[in-house]
Amino acid sequence: MKGLSRRDFLKICAGSAAAVSLSEMLLPHLLEAAPASGNPPALWIQGASCSGCSVSLLNSEQPAIAKILTDVISLKFHPNISGASGYLATKVIDDTAAAGGFFLVVEGAVPTGANGMYCTVGVTESGQTITFMDRVADLGSKAAAVLAVGTCAAFGGIPAATYGGNPTTHGGPTGCISVLDFFKSKGITTPVINVPGCPPHPDWMIGSLAHFLLYKKLPPMDQYHRPTMFYGNILHDNCQRRQYFDNGKFAKVLSDPYCLLELGCKGPFAACDSYKRQWNGESSCILANGPCYACTDMNFPDGSSPIYQRYPDVKLPNIDASADAVGVTLGAAVVVGMAAHLVGNAVNGRLGGKEE
Amino acid sequence: MATKVVVDPVTRLEGHLSIECQVDGGKVIDAQSTGTLFRGLELILQGHDPRDAQDYVQRICSVCPVTHGTAATFALDDAFGLTGQIPDNGRIVRNLILGANYLHSHILHFYHLAALDYVTAPNLPPLVPQYAGDYRLPAAVNAAAVQHYLTALEMRKMAHSLLAIWGGRIPGQRGIVPGGSSANVDTEKIVQSKFFLDTLTDFIKGTYIPDVLAVAKVYSDWASIGVGCKNFMSYGGFPQDNGGWNGKRMYANGIYIEGQAGAFDPKQITEDVKHSWYEDGIPKDPYHSVITPEADKASAYTWLKAPRYDGKVVEVGPLAKLFINQDATLLGALTSLGLKTENAFSVMGRHAARAVDCLNVATAMADWLMQLVPGGPTCVPNEVPKNAEGMGLNDAERGALGHWIVIENWKIKIYNAIVPTTWNASPRDDNDQPGPIEQALIGTPVADVNNPIELVRVVRSFDPCLACAIHLITPDRKVRKFRVY
Repeated sequence: MKGLSRRDFLKICAGSAAAVSLSEMLLPHLLEAAPASGNPPALWIQGASCSGCSVSLLNSEQPAIAKILTDVISLKFHPNISGASGYLATKVIDDTAAAGGFFLVVEGAVPTGANGMYCTVGVTESGQTITFMDRVADLGSKAAAVLAVGTCAAFGGIPAATYGGNPTTHGGPTGCISVLDFFKSKGITTPVINVPGCPPHPDWMIGSLAHFLLYKKLPPMDQYHRPTMFYGNILHDNCQRRQYFDNGKFAKVLSDPYCLLELGCKGPFAACDSYKRQWNGESSCILANGPCYACTDMNFPDGSSPIYQRYPDVKLPNIDASADAVGVTLGAAVVVGMAAHLVGNAVNGRLGGKEE
Repeated sequence: MATKVVVDPVTRLEGHLSIECQVDGGKVIDAQSTGTLFRGLELILQGHDPRDAQDYVQRICSVCPVTHGTAATFALDDAFGLTGQIPDNGRIVRNLILGANYLHSHILHFYHLAALDYVTAPNLPPLVPQYAGDYRLPAAVNAAAVQHYLTALEMRKMAHSLLAIWGGRIPGQRGIVPGGSSANVDTEKIVQSKFFLDTLTDFIKGTYIPDVLAVAKVYSDWASIGVGCKNFMSYGGFPQDNGGWNGKRMYANGIYIEGQAGAFDPKQITEDVKHSWYEDGIPKDPYHSVITPEADKASAYTWLKAPRYDGKVVEVGPLAKLFINQDATLLGALTSLGLKTENAFSVMGRHAARAVDCLNVATAMADWLMQLVPGGPTCVPNEVPKNAEGMGLNDAERGALGHWIVIENWKIKIYNAIVPTTWNASPRDDNDQPGPIEQALIGTPVADVNNPIELVRVVRSFDPCLACAIHLITPDRKVRKFRVY
């Protein structure tokens, strides 16, 4: 394509132009690249989800959503906006899959317990129940590429958390796993882009899809299949309140506008660029005095709980120490604590199969 | 000979729902609704720091996450002994955050979830295909409705921008916390909020309400269809003081049962399981209702329990809340359509009540903004108690929402949420009384069993949220069968 080099695309996505909407910048290039043969078809399906990723996508800056649906892709099915219900809807999905060459967006984890019956998504023409697990296997194997949106689809998320107060459990009460882990268990090799976040920022979803539409290949990704253009930096290293951390000024109650580490902030291990990307055109967790809970992390939510307790559990350095020393000491302690945490997760199986 | 009609999936709602009806002589003679997704968030919360609840429960449903965060926070305020201490700023900011989500949710429901049951869609996937049916809007009204579908996308997004001013982001807002709100109050936030709110109010007054009335006029028979149980319950909503669940609220709590208005008493809330896949004989009160699954229970057909008020089937939602409060705007709208008060018990009654609720909340928010004190305190510090219980009651966008928490050794021992759709989509109870949606479906005319548009009109008028309703499951449940085929 002539308009936008891949290198420039990645720069734009990772850029700090917070005042300009990413989708608005990408749209002209997407329109230019749209094939004359018609917009590429896409299917959006939901499993163990709360629809939060879909609601977040609806919050993308104008003119993205309506324009993307009319001029960039042909979204054949979405559970929350499709006109069709019942078998009429199921037939649309089957027909799109049979034609091939479609993008699949999966929102929500895959419940594998009880043979998939914890989430069913329709009936066949002859009345057989379709499990979400089987639907993901069927569509996943036929799709050109899969966007696993949200932390549930990307890593399992809240429905795959420990339960019953027992830290040795995993997969939640319903055996939830990520799309990628499910694909591996079924030998499905369709490329997967993980777009975690609880919910993901709309830019992360649109930018990841746009990359594939424009360049027909996967964006640069980290070992957890997260596009580095969005997940390549640690929140804490770039936080708007970093100077309070460096100067040892910590919030004592949530309405204090200082570093939120003492109140539970997980920014030190959060791969998130919310420090430069406004949510809903207005704000972000940190700007609303909400301690980051690292919702883009592969161990969310267990790795982030308790949300409002300082993590890891180390003593605060002496506030009389020099500003730099406070930052360095605390930073080192955070890294040590994180390493211990990750080892713990590897032992109990949470990380199994996720590392490349 | 009755015909079995199955609609699975019912789209354009939050969560996974299947409905199955028996149709005989062109009318529904029996109905069952079944939710088809289970996650188990209450079990996941066990053993957690109680303060995790306010963030975890927002993922019960992200169309209405704020309302779950609010109910959890009220329950935590109660358990932490903070209910009487919330600073005015904190109480008002909480109301603004929840109010903004009301605006998003009601606009989304009418235009993006329900409208395609009445409006002929442009030939654009995924809006098409639609069920064939009696789409009756005059061409000009239909064209305007399609245009308003797009405008409404912008409006509901603006409601979320308004919300994010105070809550940081949405879904997953951060502003509502035990002890008040984390957000600081300054004049810039107030001015920016007022700008968004004025635009939204103009849309609600000038477009949303007129569109609902226009649809109600053309589909006037739907003001007599989907009647339901005609019993209502509301926890009220939007605290105006620190009096807790029975304090002063923008909407008062109350009940309306068998034609009689009455006072609300939370002790009358119980949960039956005769027709649910759980062992009989479990405690019925919400603090102690920990279920034991029974896989092969012959009398069961759903995962939902059957909550009842004083043993009665009650409908919850904007209609229940406004009817209990005898809202003058709603009653006036019925009169303007040439309808009687009893026509409120209907599909169109529910849509009208939701639109009026949207206007009422937007109007109140403008007043609340002016009550804020820039720079004033929003939050009091708090500590997790060793052992405590708490209850949080508030009407969500979809109706009465209650959260109950039991804390033991500083951790969550029991967490229970009884959500609006559990009331509305409940199965038969211990006395075999069908739930509100089941009652509303029975008697509904169905012109073409292959295009059961009438069934989804009735179901969607309740704005069901199935992810909310079925969030409880035990780990060793062996699922054999969800439906008869």
